[in-house]
Amino acid sequence: MSKSAWEKIKIARMMNRPTAQYYINKLFTDFIELHGDRNFADDAAVIGGIAMYKGTPVTVIGEEKGTDVKDKAQRNFGSPHPEGYRKSLRLMKQAEKFGRPIINFVDTQGAYCGMGAEERGMGEAIARNLEEMMALRVPIISVFIGEGGSGGALALAVADRIAMLENSVYSILSPEGFAAILWKDAQKAEQAADVMKITADELLKLDIIEEIIPEPEEGAQADAEAVAAAIDDFISRSLDILSQVPAGKLPEYRYKRFRRL
Amino acid sequence: MQIKDLFNKNKEEFKSGSKGNEETLRPEIDDKIWAKCNGCNRALYEKMLMNNLKVCPLCSYHFRLTPQERVDFTFDVGTFTAFDYDDIGTSNPLDFPGYMEKLEASRKSCGSQDAVLCGVGEIGGYKTAACIMNSFFMMGSMGYYVGEAITRTVEYATKNGLPIVIFTTSGGARMQEGIVSLMQMAKISGALEKHSQKGLLYITVITNPTTGGVTASFASLGDIIIAEKGALIGFAGKRVIEQTIKQKLPKDFQTAEFACEHGFVDLISERKDLKENIRKILMLHKTEGTK
Ligand SMILES: [Zn+2]
Repeated sequence: MSKSAWEKIKIARMMNRPTAQYYINKLFTDFIELHGDRNFADDAAVIGGIAMYKGTPVTVIGEEKGTDVKDKAQRNFGSPHPEGYRKSLRLMKQAEKFGRPIINFVDTQGAYCGMGAEERGMGEAIARNLEEMMALRVPIISVFIGEGGSGGALALAVADRIAMLENSVYSILSPEGFAAILWKDAQKAEQAADVMKITADELLKLDIIEEIIPEPEEGAQADAEAVAAAIDDFISRSLDILSQVPAGKLPEYRYKRFRRL
Repeated sequence: MQIKDLFNKNKEEFKSGSKGNEETLRPEIDDKIWAKCNGCNRALYEKMLMNNLKVCPLCSYHFRLTPQERVDFTFDVGTFTAFDYDDIGTSNPLDFPGYMEKLEASRKSCGSQDAVLCGVGEIGGYKTAACIMNSFFMMGSMGYYVGEAITRTVEYATKNGLPIVIFTTSGGARMQEGIVSLMQMAKISGALEKHSQKGLLYITVITNPTTGGVTASFASLGDIIIAEKGALIGFAGKRVIEQTIKQKLPKDFQTAEFACEHGFVDLISERKDLKENIRKILMLHKTEGTK
């Protein structure tokens, strides 16, 4: 528990850190990946589909950084384009239609900053997720498994219950960007990480998240199965807790969760 | 809710509120005082500029407005009542060094608590709630105060069956407040969703510049989105994109016209037509609360 924010970021960014695909395969059965936003394209930086979780069909979505070098490049290192968020929203609305809980894995440096992303309305895509997720009548659970970069992370985290892996981070901007903007010096990223309050324990204190999921000393890759089991426990308890919320009251519950922040 | 006439109270401060303004406008309006146009680089008499809604008569560059000027140019005379949100106070969740001093300096120069003015007023006889962001206040950045003030105003509109008009201008999230700034995006979007559920109208007026977390939340959620002519609208900053893609961006990238062409804005309005455009839209959505 004595790691600095910067040490945690380095773990969160490790090339061999387990990604969304790993946890989806580990925690769910009968996963069928569904592609495309029905509008422009399929964004490989976001994977999503339906699966079985302890006898209940669920919708699962994750920002996916990729595994090997080729896979990472293909997935744009987990930085989604607008169509990635639009795909996620399509799948979440589908979940609502069929009464399925939604489980999101957040892992992105941030939404992609490129020309196509602007042309296709990155701002609108994220905004639409925020507004529509707030109204969904099924439980939404988000788990931060690595990096949680700004609006690109929030767009999958308008949730009823949120947990972060011990070494994952969630921030308004990367420490490098933060240092560049406020101190005009990207080299001061380590210092920035210290003041930004981006670690799981700091965000728990700020009431941004509900729980911290422990990791082995060296990081999740050291014992991915144990981490998956701890995530499993969080999801299963969260579904129990949320099943107590009366039918139709989840949007109100969710709004209150964010209203106090 | 306590309402008071912030207007009269802050008239003097508002007048001098242009200090630190990149367009270097002077506090008094005087024939001898001129402002340089960012559009055509020519010197303009301030009085002439004010008489033209702060639009350059030579190149039609739209100067940025203070919330007070926006009220004067948009609302029927004497109808706008500002909400008193002083109780929102200040949030400094990161205890960020120098933030309180910076905030104090902006409060002094702008004569307002933070980067948004909220209230209720009439436009062409139609009553509406309104939030007007202020790009002169720490670049219009959104922290807890801005998020809470806009949320409360949206909730007021929802409760009273009123439409809401939000004039956006913002550099995005207020970095000094860290994650708390990010949460404001979700909070405001949630409040707007409830407003929308009641069948009420939300008009976004995107003004120069609107970027980052504001674009990625309420600026993109209007039932009808108007962009003021020439406004910069985008999610990522131009420099960040250029660094990412390692090439220069075209000059018209992220302009109101670019956003409209790509389908993200309903209409582009010159400032002189803005009031009438909003009036027409309000009239066509008339509800019991409106009048
Ligand atoms: Zn000009």
